[in-house]
Amino acid sequence: MEAECPICGSPVELPEDVMAGELLECPSCGATLEVYEQDGMFLLKEAEEIGEDWGE
Amino acid sequence: MRVALVYERLREEERQLLRAIEELGHEPIPLHLNSSFLPIDHGEEFEADVALIRAISAAKAHASAVTLASLGVRVVNSPEVLATCGNKLTTTARLSEAGIPTPKTAVAFSLEGALDAARSMGYPVVVKPVNGSWGRLVSLAQDEEELRTILEHREAIPSPYYRIHYIQEFIRKPGRDIRAYGTEEAFITAIYRVSDHWVTNTARGARAVPAEYREELADLVIRTARALGGGFLGVDIAEDEDRGLVVIEVNGVTEFKNAARVTGIDIARELVSYAVS
Repeated sequence: MEAECPICGSPVELPEDVMAGELLECPSCGATLEVYEQDGMFLLKEAEEIGEDWGE
Repeated sequence: MRVALVYERLREEERQLLRAIEELGHEPIPLHLNSSFLPIDHGEEFEADVALIRAISAAKAHASAVTLASLGVRVVNSPEVLATCGNKLTTTARLSEAGIPTPKTAVAFSLEGALDAARSMGYPVVVKPVNGSWGRLVSLAQDEEELRTILEHREAIPSPYYRIHYIQEFIRKPGRDIRAYGTEEAFITAIYRVSDHWVTNTARGARAVPAEYREELADLVIRTARALGGGFLGVDIAEDEDRGLVVIEVNGVTEFKNAARVTGIDIARELVSYAVS
């Protein structure tokens, strides 16, 4: 199973047990990507930067 | 029981929670907030009995908790507790009302007011964002000149929250503070966060070491949880030379991987057990 890197367009291999919310690194451009789910498909988007209200 | 795990990032804690839900014989329902929407409709049925709120953003944690609670789901922690813990000023106010020891704190709404507060408190003082986390933008002012510089920077940030100046006395900690876990009913475990730096968050490089059990500590954690309306909480406590234990802040979506690792306590299992009880 693979998805497309939204930054460079390269294919990114998804782990067999992939879940939404996991972070992956694009092997081609090195971008940090977040897995999300839409209509039963796993897709990738650029991972959000740390937000002002993140953490504990 | 169907237990929803409401999350953004699948961190080690969230993986441990999914495992614990299964091990305790419940059905895990992962709910990735950034892939979903939640209806606000009294007629809607949600697919879970209990929701564990684990969003990494305090605003998303509170928004998802409010929405799920409106659908009749038991939410842990409750939206009220998350709102309190998401704001240091509200937390301090609630704790103070309940007679829980906290550092001397004042709130000011202008640079001049903050300088007056610090003068009455005595230097050094600590300035904290009311809604900050991971120790970010927590600043130490040794004297008025340093405080003025910090305040001028804060007032240049275009957010009304930075014009609320939460000023606190500096507690001289013995190279560590305490992160304790517990609920309104029970103390779970605690670690020391050891650091040469005065900011002792493990997210800022502090080392986690198991803390020995102390009745006084266990009692303080339970009283703190009761003062805030109950919940599964991470309580940050400093050891003051004169006053003993003082509660610095309380975390409603608490991280626990370092504490679980060094204490051997399965905190994920404790959290799930609490949520389904």
